[in-house]
Amino acid sequence: MRPDIAIIADLVTPGARVLDLGCGDGELLAYLKRAKGVNGYGLEIDAEMITSCINVGVNVIEQDLDQGLANFPTDSFDLVVMTDTLQSVKRPDVMLDEMLRIGRECIVTFPNFAHWRCRLYLAARGRMPIAKHLPHRWYDTPNIHLCTFADFEALCATKRLTVIERFVVDSEFANRPIVSRFPNLMGTTAFYHLGRPR
Amino acid sequence: MSDRIPADSVGVITPHQQIFETPVKLLCGRTLPRIELMYETYGELNAARSNAVLVCHALSGHHHAAGLHAVDDDRPGWWDSAIGPGKPIDTNLFYVVSLNNIGGCHGSTGPRSINPETGRAFGPDFPMVTVRDWVATQAMLADALDVRRWAAVIGGSLGGMQAMQWAIDHPDRVAHAVLIAAASRLSAQNIAFNEIARQAIVSDPDFDGGRYLDAAHNPARGLMVARMIGHVTYLSDDGLRDKFGREIKSGDLATASDVQFQVESYLHHQGRSFSQYFDANTYLLMTRALDQFDPARDFGDDLVAALRTARSDFLVIAFTSDWRFSPARSKEIVDALIAARRNVVSAVVDTPHGHDAFLLPVPRYFKILRAYMVHVAARMAVQG
Repeated sequence: MRPDIAIIADLVTPGARVLDLGCGDGELLAYLKRAKGVNGYGLEIDAEMITSCINVGVNVIEQDLDQGLANFPTDSFDLVVMTDTLQSVKRPDVMLDEMLRIGRECIVTFPNFAHWRCRLYLAARGRMPIAKHLPHRWYDTPNIHLCTFADFEALCATKRLTVIERFVVDSEFANRPIVSRFPNLMGTTAFYHLGRPR
Repeated sequence: MSDRIPADSVGVITPHQQIFETPVKLLCGRTLPRIELMYETYGELNAARSNAVLVCHALSGHHHAAGLHAVDDDRPGWWDSAIGPGKPIDTNLFYVVSLNNIGGCHGSTGPRSINPETGRAFGPDFPMVTVRDWVATQAMLADALDVRRWAAVIGGSLGGMQAMQWAIDHPDRVAHAVLIAAASRLSAQNIAFNEIARQAIVSDPDFDGGRYLDAAHNPARGLMVARMIGHVTYLSDDGLRDKFGREIKSGDLATASDVQFQVESYLHHQGRSFSQYFDANTYLLMTRALDQFDPARDFGDDLVAALRTARSDFLVIAFTSDWRFSPARSKEIVDALIAARRNVVSAVVDTPHGHDAFLLPVPRYFKILRAYMVHVAARMAVQG
């Protein structure tokens, strides 16, 4: 199983209505349906991924996130999830607003550009970092809005979003004490469980 | 089996006729004293009766969806590409039923049938039928075939509307509804095209107020124009450009003499052949049924409320270049299904073939349909 799925599943209330933005092959939703009995829907634009979702019996909707989510009514979901996709949408800030309009809560995960390996890579080689959690080259990466955990926290503070829970892991998806102590230096992926503005 | 018949064909098929000697009350208030339905079946009904699939036809369709009527038949059924052993609607897994709806002109009770009250053809007196009436009469056929619950009801265009109506009217009898290039109701533009087609028919002097059969003629010119209008709206601008461009069939552009473009010749051919086999009153009736379809109307114009009565899962497929039943119309259905908490899969297939794509073996479209039907078979515990 994808290592982030267990972490997300722990944050999901059984029976919740879940919208997964950029649901990929549907593995997360298939698991949440099986383990948590959620009523889930996923949005995806990749044809192969959509077929994979059909194969595992996941509700997949072909829709481009960058075309907006206006078709989803306010408060129509309990939880909106977006894993490893926020950094690839046109406007991550607007996306966050939309996620918390459609759902009461949201979970976002994204890679940390301030991980020490990235810092070292950039400092020592003077080139855009390539790491396990950031495997693409600058010209073929889907990640057009990379940020650090500190950047994201600053955005949450500006928007006065409620951070219900924050969970940071290293490239092994383990939450070692050192990662918790220095998340922006030692963490590769963050899980933010957010609520509406205070 | 002849070696002329491909291995993935359902082969030579004999149509069946089911006669109901009971009066059928229609939504319009009128009653048909008896009805006949022409239908075909492909594949075998399993012991659990859990693998039956209903295929609903569109405006100009009929019961002959797959296979051939004779070994030397050069035209297979209208959806032969999708139905057969190993095809997306796999007859190794499913028992597929396809019928000609009432009001049709391919053998089921329709305007060409004899009205027992007058002893002559119904013609224009055939009662108005609706998508709900079709679903009700399809349910009568299901009863006759001892199919309690369809594993799937599938249709494109007007056929998709029937699949949607099935899910709403008989929630316990449909496990999956497959809506291809459909809409929950027609737009004003769409109704407008249908009305132009109808006017072409009724203004043909041979139409005779719909009594053309009595005088043994056929409003062929009207039908031809109606089909030409319809056909061009089923294709896309890009599709027509790719297929014909500005290619000249005859004449000379340099001297501007007797110029006929290929696209004109193509439309004439399509219109002419259609006018030879299709009944004008049926065309009027079918387009009226199409215009009037609006299941939300019975639920205070709330499509979500209408779909909340459904218990089936849904697959909704749209085509990017379809401007007659555009992806936006499918999106409305999908959004309403999500709000109604129904399970739904939706795909928007990129193709230049316009509305007609639903009849064509577009690779991604068939891949999705196949994957979904495999999922349906698994859920219905159907063994291959």
